[in-house]
Amino acid sequence: MNCTDFLAKLTDYFDGQIIDAELLAEVKEHLGTCHHCEVVVDTTRKTIDVYRGHQPYEFPEELSERLRAAVMTRCKASVSK
Amino acid sequence: MAVQTQSTTEDLTDLPPEIAATLQAEPPHPDLELVERAKAGDTSAFEQLVRQYDRQIFRTAQHITQNREDAEDITQDVFFKAFQKLDQFQGNSKFSTWLVRIAVNESLMRLRKRKTSKTVSMDQDVQTDEGSIPRDFAEWRPNPEQNYSQSELAEILRKTIAGLPPGFRTVFTLRDIENLSTEETAEALGLSVPAVKSRLLRARLQLRERLSRYFRKTKEGSK
Ligand SMILES: [Zn+2]
Repeated sequence: MNCTDFLAKLTDYFDGQIIDAELLAEVKEHLGTCHHCEVVVDTTRKTIDVYRGHQPYEFPEELSERLRAAVMTRCKASVSK
Repeated sequence: MAVQTQSTTEDLTDLPPEIAATLQAEPPHPDLELVERAKAGDTSAFEQLVRQYDRQIFRTAQHITQNREDAEDITQDVFFKAFQKLDQFQGNSKFSTWLVRIAVNESLMRLRKRKTSKTVSMDQDVQTDEGSIPRDFAEWRPNPEQNYSQSELAEILRKTIAGLPPGFRTVFTLRDIENLSTEETAEALGLSVPAVKSRLLRARLQLRERLSRYFRKTKEGSK
């Protein structure tokens, strides 16, 4: 397995979807011997983690309440017509 | 060729537990009861659904449109449309996936309106190989985000994801931030599973490449 083959399997590897044991062994073997791919895996995982852990957009309760009130007003008006 | 196990895929016990679990029968999702009540005219049941999913819908809309006011309008419109079209929801997918699909459509429509000259679709910018091959192999600091304040970090994350084509950042948002499965993401976007996987790979790699500027170890090995 070379780096291109490895990259093609990266999404499945992250998502735990490589079920074939032989393929998984090859992927892990490449990862154990290729520093570049090891760095790509580590930093890609970190990329996902940092986006998951730090929502860049705020959604304060005040906004939630305001939007919900507006939605429900529209919904109720539409049925009472 | 190190391992020579004869794994048969038919054997459920050989599968990872999280995959085997999805193959077993699941109880009906609690949302279905709320949907049924809402269909029967119980607006408080619908309000509960709004309460549950407004954050997810708002964030999805904001990630796609990159505009807060649009995201607010879209969130309202999505729930109002869902309320009006409730009879069309047959329970074949999760209610949340159905909502996300409406949100994606509304958001893309908004983008198209704003950029009248450019077409915006899920298929945009996938023809090239740009960004699909890693170039930066620098290691990152152990907890790289700790070198930035919350507001600096939020700004970095916003700027970085805003640089991706809409189709890529939408897939990344649904799959990695909002935690939809690959299949749910495909359904919400009207894409095939392989198409979602290829966009996800590119989105992840491009974000990684761009974040590396901020998070890589410095040459001197200092913080
Ligand atoms: Zn490699």
